Amino acid sequence: MAVPVAFFGVFFAYPVAAIVGRGLKADGSWRWGRFGDVLSRPDIGQVLWFTTWQAAVSTALTLLIALPGAYVFARFEFPGKQLLRAVVTVPFVLPTVVVGTAFLALLGRGGLLDELWGIRADTTVWAILAAHVFFNYAVVVRTVGGLWAQLDPRQEEAARVLGAGRLAAWWRVTLPALGPAVAAAALMVFLFTFTSFGIVQILGGPAYSTLEVEIYRQTARLLDLPTAAVLTMVQFAAVGAILALHAWTVRRRETALKLVDPAQTVRRPRGVGQWALLAGVLGTVLLLILLPLGVLIERSLDGPAGYGFDYYRALRSVEASGGTFLVPPLEAVWYSLRYALVATVIALVVGGLAAAALTRRAGRFVRGFDALLMLPLGVSAVTVGFGFLITLDKPPLDLRASWILVPLAQALVGVPFVVRTMLPVLRAVDGRLREAAAVLGASPLRVWREVDLPMVRRAVLVAAGFAFAVSLGEFGATVFIARPDRPTLPVAVARLLGRPGDLNYGQAMALSTVLMVVCAVSLLVLERIRTDRSGEF
Amino acid sequence: MRTTKKMAVGAAAAALGVSTLAACGGGSEDSTSSDGTKSKTVTLVAHDSFAASDSVLKEFTEQTGYTVKVLKSGEAGEALNKEILTKGSPQGDVFFGVDNTLLSRALDNGLFTPYEAKGLGQVRADVRLDDAGHRVTPVDTGDICVNYDKAYFTDKKLAPPESFADLTKPAYKDLLVVENAEQSSPGLGFLLGTVAAYGDDGWQDYWKKLKANGVEVVDSWEQAYNEEFSGSAGGKKAKAERPLVVSYASSPPVEVLYAEPQPKEAPTGVATGTCFRQIEFAGLLQGAKNEAGGKALLDFLVSKTFQEDMPLNMFVNPVVDGAKLPALFTDHGAVVDKPQTVAPEKIAKNRDEWIQSWSSLVVK
Repeated sequence: MAVPVAFFGVFFAYPVAAIVGRGLKADGSWRWGRFGDVLSRPDIGQVLWFTTWQAAVSTALTLLIALPGAYVFARFEFPGKQLLRAVVTVPFVLPTVVVGTAFLALLGRGGLLDELWGIRADTTVWAILAAHVFFNYAVVVRTVGGLWAQLDPRQEEAARVLGAGRLAAWWRVTLPALGPAVAAAALMVFLFTFTSFGIVQILGGPAYSTLEVEIYRQTARLLDLPTAAVLTMVQFAAVGAILALHAWTVRRRETALKLVDPAQTVRRPRGVGQWALLAGVLGTVLLLILLPLGVLIERSLDGPAGYGFDYYRALRSVEASGGTFLVPPLEAVWYSLRYALVATVIALVVGGLAAAALTRRAGRFVRGFDALLMLPLGVSAVTVGFGFLITLDKPPLDLRASWILVPLAQALVGVPFVVRTMLPVLRAVDGRLREAAAVLGASPLRVWREVDLPMVRRAVLVAAGFAFAVSLGEFGATVFIARPDRPTLPVAVARLLGRPGDLNYGQAMALSTVLMVVCAVSLLVLERIRTDRSGEF
Repeated sequence: MRTTKKMAVGAAAAALGVSTLAACGGGSEDSTSSDGTKSKTVTLVAHDSFAASDSVLKEFTEQTGYTVKVLKSGEAGEALNKEILTKGSPQGDVFFGVDNTLLSRALDNGLFTPYEAKGLGQVRADVRLDDAGHRVTPVDTGDICVNYDKAYFTDKKLAPPESFADLTKPAYKDLLVVENAEQSSPGLGFLLGTVAAYGDDGWQDYWKKLKANGVEVVDSWEQAYNEEFSGSAGGKKAKAERPLVVSYASSPPVEVLYAEPQPKEAPTGVATGTCFRQIEFAGLLQGAKNEAGGKALLDFLVSKTFQEDMPLNMFVNPVVDGAKLPALFTDHGAVVDKPQTVAPEKIAKNRDEWIQSWSSLVVK
């Protein structure tokens, strides 16, 4: 308990508080009036409105498109299902920068649609919404589909026998049972899109900004720290509210539903309607998920001299980046992997200890701690990165020039995933086993090693995989603290996209592809070791 | 299991701020290299548009023994802000690319260590804005003006625009691309030009008209000039569609230079009534690891060698008396008689507010 609390205190609460203090304090006194000043500005009002609006629409669209998918995955058995499940999940572990780049390759200048029909849809709301749906499709399919697969179909059948129509039976029986899961998924999607940074940064153009992008803009471009601080607080409050709602729905979800083994509920599709539904879902996956990724790969190979690995070769030289980097962009791969590895270890230790503490105790305090651990998911990563810069610069913690800053920031985002994955498994360990071991003379450490560890080993691996993928793709905080001589992959991609010319564009596509492959591989490894399929994600 | 434990110990150590990690083989990779080459490298942090010939940088190494590492840190505004945010622990030794529009922001934040460059005496007096403090050294000037694609206007039998006022005429609807004043120094320069021309209470109306006339805003000069402007070599390749762009009075000669074969006449022209005079500075960063090298580099930036190399690399004018302009510049460059100017104090006082209003008006 002490380690996670200390970790969060030093690397999360303190930097964020420092930033906010810097923005809201003047001559030693707090200027709360700045809230009113900032929030009454029309341009800020517009940002708040756009952030909320696009998050709501993204969430609605994701539900609309992904719920049929959830049903198909839950109830149908068809060849290639395992592979497809993995494919669907790939977007979720992809760094937002890669998602942005893929949609740019599809919709942007010189993109696929531009070449075919002269359509350019980047810098429009549609591009942002499409990318958000792409990104969050898996959240709904996994959260809702996992539960749907375990609902007993006989309940619905009973309703039908009692004279309810097909729709009425679904409406009265299945939907209420699914409700909390749908709500939880919707809130998660809303949270991710509300705090969207990388995607909006790349696809939004100058006109659209979410709160997170606006915080970045106010800090990095305008050096207007008071405004940035106010916006951080606003986002903090909004995220807190969303998380509280989410925690409440998750608790409701644990109400007594009669769950059965998923294997009993799946069957092959029957009849035209069901086959059409399956075909529709497959078509959606093809268009929405495989097409952007395919285009991304295609663009990365479409070199100046026809198809080939020219852009990948260019990644090996410093010259090709024209001084944007001090090292060849390809080196970013090694930096990224190293950072992510260290971040994963930190996240596992902190998250593991936190999860252990949460299983041992119960009560209001612990629930609060649980929610606290989720906060980094939604507190402006930009603020955290920037907070690192201005707080961790004095002894004893003079880390500003140190490479450890990056993994620390990444670990903050990884911890919630670790806790979410470990907690259910740890809670399922029977306490009497531990007591028995202790009675037989094992030390606490040995109890943990001999009893808990074998049971949670798989969960640890899954958690590690998630933490690794999330660390690899972290962009909001690292954009501030990764130095140009040691860039991470997402930062390198964003920098390349900001430079004109085919070579930079091609290199950005190639580097994105590399990043996508690394993430996809780590995810496929996850899929192999996954145990229970009703995970939160 | 043994490895897990070892890693856990390592991570706990890392979380406690000990930056050695035996378990991951990462090791500490501080920028100080162990073989002592560090003091022989001087790092120049610059905006993305910095460019110099390799031969000239080699000459600097021969003269002083220092090797220059150039670190491009983003657009002018963002590059400067990054340095301000990490003041005291800079990414390099010298910063190049703060111009007269952003100068006060750098000085107010105490970004630079004062240093009087050798050879400052040769620099024109009118660009030495910080002679009292010597915190920054002037390096180049440029006139930020609208450039036009000659071929387009010849084809359309349309006279190219000459003044700010022309740009709002229906004949030039949807033709102009400008840079974002929040990030890009030409973008901000053009905005200040309109402020100077239309006054404190008239410039916003002017931009409203410009917006109604379909002006496009992109984030950087590089993007505007090399991707959106139909007159540049890069723009032609990217099938760009806008024949008007905010760039420099010295851009046309560069188009001649890079064209194969070199044309008799530049493919682009300059609307001389739309210009704003920009001065770019360099300074020794507070907390630089290699101060001696940084000072030597500042001396070099105002040496004839560098000053005469600059025009064809960065499309700017030298500030040192007696630095010769390449023939290409005298043949094809536009001479701007009356560029718009805004007093430095006035810029310092109003800049952020102007940028904010401009942003709400034009971009959002």
